[in-house]
Amino acid sequence: MRDLAWRALADVRDPELDQPITDLGFVAALDAGDDGIRVELRLPTYFCAPNFAWLMVADARDALAAIPGAGPVTVTLVDHFAASEINSAAAFADHFQTDGQDGDLAELRSAFDRKAHTAAQERLARQLMPLAGDRLGGLTLAEASRLAPDAAAAVARRRERLGLVSDHAICDDRGAPIAAEDLGGWLRSARTVRVSVDGNAELCRGLLATRYGVSRS
Amino acid sequence: MYQNYFVVDAHTHFWDGSPANQINRYGEGFIKCFHDYHSNLSPDEYKWPLEEFERYSEERMIRDLFENGYDDVAILQSTYLTDWYVNGFNTTEQNGRMAERHPGRFIVNGRWDPRDGEAGIGELERLHERWQLRGVKLYTAEWKGDSKGWKLSDPWSYRYLEKCQELGIRNIHVHKGPTVYPMNRDAFDVADVDDAATAFPGLNFIVEHVGLPRLEDFCWIATQEPNVYGGLAVAMPFIHSRPRYFAQIIGELLYWLDENRILFGSDYAIWQPKWLIEKFAAFQIPDDMQGEYGVLTPQIKRKILGLNAARLYDIKVPGEFDVPDEPVDSGPAIASGTAA
Repeated sequence: MRDLAWRALADVRDPELDQPITDLGFVAALDAGDDGIRVELRLPTYFCAPNFAWLMVADARDALAAIPGAGPVTVTLVDHFAASEINSAAAFADHFQTDGQDGDLAELRSAFDRKAHTAAQERLARQLMPLAGDRLGGLTLAEASRLAPDAAAAVARRRERLGLVSDHAICDDRGAPIAAEDLGGWLRSARTVRVSVDGNAELCRGLLATRYGVSRS
Repeated sequence: MYQNYFVVDAHTHFWDGSPANQINRYGEGFIKCFHDYHSNLSPDEYKWPLEEFERYSEERMIRDLFENGYDDVAILQSTYLTDWYVNGFNTTEQNGRMAERHPGRFIVNGRWDPRDGEAGIGELERLHERWQLRGVKLYTAEWKGDSKGWKLSDPWSYRYLEKCQELGIRNIHVHKGPTVYPMNRDAFDVADVDDAATAFPGLNFIVEHVGLPRLEDFCWIATQEPNVYGGLAVAMPFIHSRPRYFAQIIGELLYWLDENRILFGSDYAIWQPKWLIEKFAAFQIPDDMQGEYGVLTPQIKRKILGLNAARLYDIKVPGEFDVPDEPVDSGPAIASGTAA
């Protein structure tokens, strides 16, 4: 059960950093037995954005509860300024109070899924460029998968999360190809998104290591 | 002064985060969070224990900034946080009194909070009269009773910005932090800076930490708004532990903003100017990245380390350290349609 639980947690990602919480070191404790599963999550700082913290707690709880025979599931956030609010919301409600504002967190999550998709496409494009050159804009995802399998799979996973269907290796947020004359500009912007996401992940990993005195992978 | 670089440190603090000044666990968490940033990104020989970091002496600050640290002028940013600290984290009054003891060294920035309403406008006028403010530091994630943050585009924010314009307080430093509500908003979203910068073209908006963790959104805004600047605090310390990330970040900034709108800031006491300046002066974009990002010329470094801030704050730069104005890159050809 412990392995199953760990694998379930490995599917939970930090929505902002686009990496599994297990890789990021956010799982502080995992206890799985006949009486259920208990998990503690920790974050790089006391003041990490509470909305993303909430999403990770809720996602972890949902992922664990989906394991057949899991029993009662408790996910607790530790060492965070909003821990008590988030933990009680996780225990008693399906949705965190959004202070009367419109909508829920789905749109926020989706905005970061789009950024993650853009960054993944930029990483793919970077690998494809020396191989495909001018043909980059016209490549299909299937062709890209043969040339750069891992990077193409990473793009496909993010499209799945977004519910985005496209045959193109590089596409916009609606799945349409990027016109040849726009590709240079698109890549330039995508690069900035990728640098930002990677930089944030690097900072967060470092802060977590500093906070908890663990060595950096 | 370092080599031939005139240094304006655009982001420094003289704070009291000590347990005696903490009101609650948030005050304790805040200074510990700062200390983790400090420990994570500082070279070993510059790391302080928490106790030293919580509260440091005026003498130490003067030594770290001006005697060992190469700063010619430092801008003191005021951060009140009076819901978390008995006497505030560092107020304009505290900063101002210290600055008066060291003539010519410091520029004191004030602050305001739109939630203070009409009374706060009066307070801003009073602060300005007393300290002749040239700038303010705004912290949009500051708590005030039940409110856990505010936006620069709020109607009362515009009233305060109008007052700044009227008083000649031209430099608006904006610091984003994680607000709590509403939960469905990205707390680090810098879109409100865009609105305010458009509405107040006569003010300069210096986005601290170059918008991190929203570097890309900051870049799109700065590309479109000529009065938006980026402060390098938090970004520059990567130069030590992750120089290739620093190269990418500075490369992105130079591409989207040009070299005239990036300001050095140590964020003292989180980081010390001495090592930041030494490493930045010696830094170059790695060879294999120069095709994408170009190189950092001495002229670019001079502007970032001091001349850009000197221009915003009317600081007189000794002639030999100035660089002649010359045509600069006005930014990328692709300016819009990329932010979606």
